[in-house]
Amino acid sequence: MAGVHVSTTVNGDPAEFVCDPDEPLLDVLRNRLGLTGAKEGCGTGDCGACSVTVDGELVCSCLVLGAEVEGRKIETIEGMADGDKLHPLQRKFIEHAALQCGICTPGFLIAARALLKKNANPTEEEIRFGLAGNLCRCTGYDKIVRAVQDAAREMRGA
Amino acid sequence: MAYDTNFTGQKFKVVGTRPLRPDGLDKVTGRARYGADVSAPGQLVGRVLRSPHAHAKIVKIDTSKAEKLPGVKAVITSADLPDLTNGDAGMYDILVNCMARGKALYDGHAVAAVAAVDAATARKALKLINVEYKILPHVTDVDEAVKPGAPVLHSKMFTDGVEPKPTKASNVAKRTEFGHGDVEKGFKEADVIVERSFKTEQTHQGYIEPHACLANLGSDGQGEMWVCTQGHFVYRNTCATLLGLDAAKLRVTASEIGGGFGGKTHVWAEPLALALSRKANRPVKLVMTRDEVFKASGPTSSTSIDVKIGATKDGRITAATATLRYQGGPFLGMWAELGAMTSYACYDLKNVKTVGYEVVVNRPKVAAYRAPSAPMAAFAVESVVDELAHKIGMDAVAFRIKNAAKEGTKSSYGPTYGPIGIGPTLEAAKNHPHMKAPLKKNQGRGMACGFWFNFGGQTSTSLNVTPDGSVNVSVGTIDVGGSRASMALIAAEELGVPYENVRCVVADTSSLGHNDMSDGSRVTFSSGMNTVIAARNAKKVLIQRAAKMWDIPEEAVTWEDGHAKPAGANAGNFPPLSLKEIAAAAGNTGGPIAGHNEFVADGAGVSFATHICDVELDPETGATKIIRYTVIQDAGKAIHPSYVEGQYQGGAAQGIGWALNEEYVYGKDGRLQNAGYLDYRIPVCSDLPMIDTVILEIPNPNHPYGVRGVGETSIVPPLAAIANAVSNAAGVRMTHIPMSPPRILKALDDQAKTKAKAA
Ligand code: FES
Ligand code: FES
Repeated sequence: MAGVHVSTTVNGDPAEFVCDPDEPLLDVLRNRLGLTGAKEGCGTGDCGACSVTVDGELVCSCLVLGAEVEGRKIETIEGMADGDKLHPLQRKFIEHAALQCGICTPGFLIAARALLKKNANPTEEEIRFGLAGNLCRCTGYDKIVRAVQDAAREMRGA
Repeated sequence: MAYDTNFTGQKFKVVGTRPLRPDGLDKVTGRARYGADVSAPGQLVGRVLRSPHAHAKIVKIDTSKAEKLPGVKAVITSADLPDLTNGDAGMYDILVNCMARGKALYDGHAVAAVAAVDAATARKALKLINVEYKILPHVTDVDEAVKPGAPVLHSKMFTDGVEPKPTKASNVAKRTEFGHGDVEKGFKEADVIVERSFKTEQTHQGYIEPHACLANLGSDGQGEMWVCTQGHFVYRNTCATLLGLDAAKLRVTASEIGGGFGGKTHVWAEPLALALSRKANRPVKLVMTRDEVFKASGPTSSTSIDVKIGATKDGRITAATATLRYQGGPFLGMWAELGAMTSYACYDLKNVKTVGYEVVVNRPKVAAYRAPSAPMAAFAVESVVDELAHKIGMDAVAFRIKNAAKEGTKSSYGPTYGPIGIGPTLEAAKNHPHMKAPLKKNQGRGMACGFWFNFGGQTSTSLNVTPDGSVNVSVGTIDVGGSRASMALIAAEELGVPYENVRCVVADTSSLGHNDMSDGSRVTFSSGMNTVIAARNAKKVLIQRAAKMWDIPEEAVTWEDGHAKPAGANAGNFPPLSLKEIAAAAGNTGGPIAGHNEFVADGAGVSFATHICDVELDPETGATKIIRYTVIQDAGKAIHPSYVEGQYQGGAAQGIGWALNEEYVYGKDGRLQNAGYLDYRIPVCSDLPMIDTVILEIPNPNHPYGVRGVGETSIVPPLAAIANAVSNAAGVRMTHIPMSPPRILKALDDQAKTKAKAA
């Protein structure tokens, strides 16, 4: 298979890679760029563990092709903290014990950040529906919802 | 080790607090490394070819075309895994499950595997393997499998545990029986008897991380494996046996684990990855797809259960029986046995008898799933208990309180209980505001109790004091939900040092003695107790060293608040020495300071829970929504309460999915129809309410802090609690789990028809 050459931006840094035309962005990130923070829970768009943003839009990176991201801006979990300063969502997830095994956590954090960007003051129901594309099998979601509520509060300066 | 009565709740300094977990930062930044996140130079991609048939003779496998494909470095079949199990029947079943030998036993059973330079080549190679099958009749339903004339999976399976031993092969692998008293006599004393049959469908643990490993095995018999597992020592031992290696020469390192719930206590494709690596002389990374996880890594049993309970009018149970049929996939398991043991564990019964039948079917090999087998038994028993209470006009909680087991009760499965928490969880339920909250139209409330044994087991722990006075704890038990934080809390408590100065790691199999799995809710109990002992051993060394530094006898030194102090005025007048100061001087006082311990952790404390649940039913669609949920459970002692709550909530959520929606759907062809998260739908955030928790602490007398273990019991009551709530809302008894909308509609419909007929 002839490779496709792609130039893109990942977490603010320029990135270039050659991938197969049918290769998911998730595989590119994990296997070619060494960014293993996005996880493959299903490969079919059903679990959200592979969540990243492309030009600010939340996507399942297992459903996007590497070849599609030419010239676009990708944000992954590895770029969420600002140096040693965690994003409020990251801090609140730890403080609220919103992770047990943690495999779903990168996806939840990326999805929650996208949610709060659209809606800075979501109700519990809006959070629950906003995160319904991300599966967590460990927590029962209770502590995740609380962490997002608390982070939103802090980010609003409330 | 006895519960230290001087060491009551009030005296803990750090145990019972909620510090940040040590692996938190790595897990929120994407740095934590799970099974599939590690690669080796020169690694190959491993893939497995699986049977599309539920039951088929493998006539011939031709791998020659695949072998010739450029980029393919190894192809293996069962011929590459000779039988080295030496008469160990359980181990032989594991071997057969890893790779079919002569016969494929379920849709998804491995028949061959390849290692190639990349995934695309590996996939192509699988297509070039030619397997000639002769399709055999199959059976996937547990009730069908025991009928005369059902296709028999194993021509040499003669039911164990019945006298005389049958001469005809069947799908019933084993019969077990538990109980005491005389149930016939007991039923004669009853004023009311309720008898019902129940079914539960097969569910999967559903951990988000698929099985993944990176295997490296050389022709010299030395190897390494990086793998997501609940027990790297057991994986090591099993893989070494199957591949004919010395266990000491296979070093297994556990990755972070992305959920297991019992499903990662069994090996699946790991031995294949090692065999491929040995054949290809290169490292092999093998990651299952989600479809493979569903089809070929163990779900829990589907079951069929008959329950009969009798009681007097004043609410005393006089006799109780249960017959439980659990399928274990194609192999003998102990699933019905566990169901039979746990069925009536909550109650104080004079006459009780339970019988379990282990049934084999053409489905994947069943694995443990969080308190394995108990939720189904609890569903059946607690449904009948509820109905019985209703029939004699007693409140469901009051009826259970009247019959609850207590200290001194001879349990239905044999042992006599010490101090236990069933009574207190019921009292707490009775007094909980949830019990009194008003319900609206189409809403129903249910409650139910659950029991789990909790395990102990082999454990090896090592605690090292570093030269700067910080402390390292090495455990051999996988951290599935925050146990490294708990171990650090325990070490800090014992040594009197800040929590932040302790780091706990999960050591690889070459660095510690054997450890059993992280299963049976045993980690905080076993490794926790071992950390206490290791720390106390280290404290002895610290005291010796201080004595040496002061040049006084050891007996004249005590340990207090992280410091060595002279024991009394006669010992001499020395200012206290901190752990840090003693550690710094270690090079001159005898060398490194450490404490370790190896033991079998005995005395695990049984655990009980009571759950309360409110549901709202849409009678038009049959859809059910959980609107309120409360978990009340005895933890013995909660070391890190946030992660105890997390276990309670997680178990409840899994139970909710099981009760309402999750189910393996098999077609007539014996193929799994819904091997993906889209069609096997686990609860998502918008399906659930907040899950309230109440932690009770009734100390386990066999643990220095009173720990019982908390991981599993929380999945036992939900099926029953929700079934009781739905039955109350619908006005009809639900007897088939999951209570999916079509089943609820059918139950409502049947009831309407019966009513119409009666009118
Ligand atoms: S891996 Fe992309 S949604 Fe599951
Ligand atoms: S914390 Fe394990 S899946 Fe969410």
